[in-house]
Amino acid sequence: MRVTTTVNGETRHADDVSESESLLYLLRERLGLPGSKNACEQGECGSCTVYLDGVPACSCLVAAGQAEGSDVVTVEGLAPGRDLDPVQEAFVECGAVQCGFCTPGFVVSAHDLLARCPNPGDDEIREALAGNLCRCTGYEKILDAVRCAAGRMPSERSTV
Amino acid sequence: MTSLMQAAETTSWNGIGTSARRPDGLLKVTGRFSYSSDLWVEGAVFAVTVRSPHAAARIVSVDVSRALALPGVRAVLTHEDVPGAKTYGMKLADQPVLAVDQVRYHGEPVALVAADDPQTARRAADLVHVEYAPYEPVTDPEAALLPGARPVLGSDNLVRHVKIRHGDLVAARELAEVVVSGDYEVGMQDQAFLGPESGLAIPSEDGGVELYVSSQWLHKDLEQLAPCLGLPPDKVRLTLAGVGGAFGGREDLSVQAHACMLALRLGRPVRMVYSREESFFGHVHRHPARMHFEHGATRDGKLVYVRARLLLDGGAYTSTSPVVIANACYFAAGAYEVPHAQIDGLAVYTNNPPCGAMRGFGAVQSAYGVESNLDRLARELAMDPLELRMRNAMRTGTVLPTGQEVDGPAPVRELLASLQERPLPAEATGERDLRTLPGGVANTTHGEGLRRGIGYAVGVKAIGYSGGVDDVSTACVTLEVAGGRPVVSVHTAAAECGQGVTTVQAQIAGTELGVTRVVVVPADTRVGDAGSASASRMTWMSSGAVQGACRLVARDVLARAARVSGRPATVLALVHDGVVDSLTGDRVCSIVDLLGDDRIEHVHEYHHRPTQGIDPETGQGDAHIAFAFAAHRAVVEVDVELGLVKVVELATAQDVGKAMNPLAVEGQIEGGSAQGLGLALMEELVVDDSGRLRNPSFTDYLIPTMLDVPPMPISLFELPHPDSPYGLNGVGEPPTLSSTPAIVNAVRAATGLDLPRAPVRPEHLTGTMPAGNRAATPAALPAVTPPPGTAPGGQPTRARH
Ligand code: FES
Ligand code: FES
Repeated sequence: MRVTTTVNGETRHADDVSESESLLYLLRERLGLPGSKNACEQGECGSCTVYLDGVPACSCLVAAGQAEGSDVVTVEGLAPGRDLDPVQEAFVECGAVQCGFCTPGFVVSAHDLLARCPNPGDDEIREALAGNLCRCTGYEKILDAVRCAAGRMPSERSTV
Repeated sequence: MTSLMQAAETTSWNGIGTSARRPDGLLKVTGRFSYSSDLWVEGAVFAVTVRSPHAAARIVSVDVSRALALPGVRAVLTHEDVPGAKTYGMKLADQPVLAVDQVRYHGEPVALVAADDPQTARRAADLVHVEYAPYEPVTDPEAALLPGARPVLGSDNLVRHVKIRHGDLVAARELAEVVVSGDYEVGMQDQAFLGPESGLAIPSEDGGVELYVSSQWLHKDLEQLAPCLGLPPDKVRLTLAGVGGAFGGREDLSVQAHACMLALRLGRPVRMVYSREESFFGHVHRHPARMHFEHGATRDGKLVYVRARLLLDGGAYTSTSPVVIANACYFAAGAYEVPHAQIDGLAVYTNNPPCGAMRGFGAVQSAYGVESNLDRLARELAMDPLELRMRNAMRTGTVLPTGQEVDGPAPVRELLASLQERPLPAEATGERDLRTLPGGVANTTHGEGLRRGIGYAVGVKAIGYSGGVDDVSTACVTLEVAGGRPVVSVHTAAAECGQGVTTVQAQIAGTELGVTRVVVVPADTRVGDAGSASASRMTWMSSGAVQGACRLVARDVLARAARVSGRPATVLALVHDGVVDSLTGDRVCSIVDLLGDDRIEHVHEYHHRPTQGIDPETGQGDAHIAFAFAAHRAVVEVDVELGLVKVVELATAQDVGKAMNPLAVEGQIEGGSAQGLGLALMEELVVDDSGRLRNPSFTDYLIPTMLDVPPMPISLFELPHPDSPYGLNGVGEPPTLSSTPAIVNAVRAATGLDLPRAPVRPEHLTGTMPAGNRAATPAALPAVTPPPGTAPGGQPTRARH
């Protein structure tokens, strides 16, 4: 089948997409956007998290066909027209990135959390990001990064 | 071809000791960093592995015809297609590239399939028909050693017996007024790095191959790989692709030989990317251990002797088991002064999954045993466990059971004291937030049935290669002018696994050469060996190499500046992209003016001081270059009715020598502590009696989430190490040693239970299952699933008996 989606603001088509393909596969293998990561492909790790019509989703659990006509934003498109979103900036600055394999998913999830809840407490951050696994950091620096980004979010955020 | 990988670049000056930003950070947060699973080139085919569904079986026949007939399939290879040596290995070349006439563990690679796309390759893998004649696997490591046990490999099932004999045990037993002993077990832990094993192999015009791969040690990969491909080493060129974590699990080969074989056969690029399930089959794990510890002490709590027997299950192939068991034994007396010791360590072959390197490398298991038995001794003596540890703390000058004197800083007492002084987290009162309670938002308790406990543990481990192995690290440093500015390029084969070695390299080059712009070029085998990202050695060894090469470059630059300026080179220094006179503070010239179009390049090979092997009968010898120490205090709350544990706080005190990058050092400590938490409470690969791995997924193998990990405050000690570059010490492994026993000791303190086994499961706490029971199967495990690429359920493999 042919799938048409808006990805990071651009209309994209993919042909010969099979029923069993995931949105993650579509992004990584067909649209040349490998930023979203493939650490489990079972919905357990969150490293494939993207915005799907404004809501964060594990793209490995979404069939590519289901994304037809939808609006997808990936880590590559999180800061349109800028170098970095404040969340991305905070992740680098606070040491929240080691191997970085979990980072694209965390950045999208944290971006969503702060859009919904600009000043989350630690318990809220932990709960909101509990679907994202990180094996390197022990999460302390990721918490720091989210706290730091929360203090810095521009008042007018680009909505996705 | 290196254009597939990006160089990491810093453009602001951040010398050593600062929390410089990662040069690869920008690429990583924007999704543009190229991991080994992201690589793609025109014309690449995708390959998958066909793996054994049995732990022990003879291969009767392999029929690839149906797989080959599937449209889009390009090749199906078996052991007959391995061009060179049929086996490889880290210590012994005993692991088949593809199984020949038998399989020895569940998930062993049997065949390879390459096809135009991943789906076709996976479908074809299901069509490879392997007829097996299964036989009774050896799965109990103790039984594997009994006379008459069937040898898994070779002539008997003993990989290595390490013996350490120190002092006089007979006399020591007379002296001891109190003796306690216990049996302890550690389950099989997985590295569970997030980036799957993956790589891209591209055939080159000279008949060789280019491999882009995630690895911990490119040159060791090359050494094992080239003979299997039947190629001279110079025709096999490896480049490090982005590594998504490692923790020991990328020391042994995974996709390397398979991807290269297919690329050479097909004459086109080959990609391999394991699924998570295949990843659990595709690398070695932490050795499960069964241990017996006996401590003798005086009434006032002075340790007199330790006697220990450690049994590690090495699984089906040798991997690094001979050195893992040695390391477990070296530190089986813990971070204490123990005058008499008798330590026996045995690593054995079984038909369980192969085990090898994982962060802590054997010392994790023995630290769990010794720290658990020490709490038992404290109970027997009615002494505070912390006081007992302080009273026996190792110090500089302590003689280890191997006869070696500890010659660097050994602040065990100080680390423990700093933990003791740290205020305890407040006991919550009133209505509690569910997220802070055991069971969390599962809403299992509102505070009833809760007990708090505090536990301590300390660990010691050697840094760098031990036992007489020459440890080498090479760096090539180039200084030139580009775009009107001086640029330093650092080229090594050091594996950046996330730990931050590229950051440190850039910091050193900036510090030594006073240059702002530093480029760390992709690691590959075109430069000399860097050694492995293991043994907590990479920062030490790579710093030595980069510092050495930089100093050679600096010498040349300053000699040139001396000629131009007429000032003696000895007063000149490199600062802010220029040369200054350090006596007067005058700026003498800029590097740009001094160099013009010239480039200055130097290679330096760094070695640490030589070590000795240990005596095979007594274990005596100066085997180590350095020791690193960490201690933990864990505070837990246990819901004793449901057997759920919440770690409230996990505090670390660690000596790091010199924090080259404090933020990165903290990140190592926090990450290592969290992995120890996982081993204490949730992480275990479950292997059933038939040798089958039961939980190869993140649904069933649980690693800690952000809700499981508590605040982890750190007390950082920086006592300069006398022998290392900048006085630094290894950082990565020590926190994984003490974290697990500190947490389990805290759970013991809360519950009064013995809890001999890690991970502690709810049924151990509620008394519904004996705590030492071996096959502590998690309650909700799925039925046995075949590993990826095995025959589908509808097509039974025929068994002969
Ligand atoms: S890859 Fe989608 S949740 Fe893990
Ligand atoms: S940084 Fe490696 S998994 Fe999170």
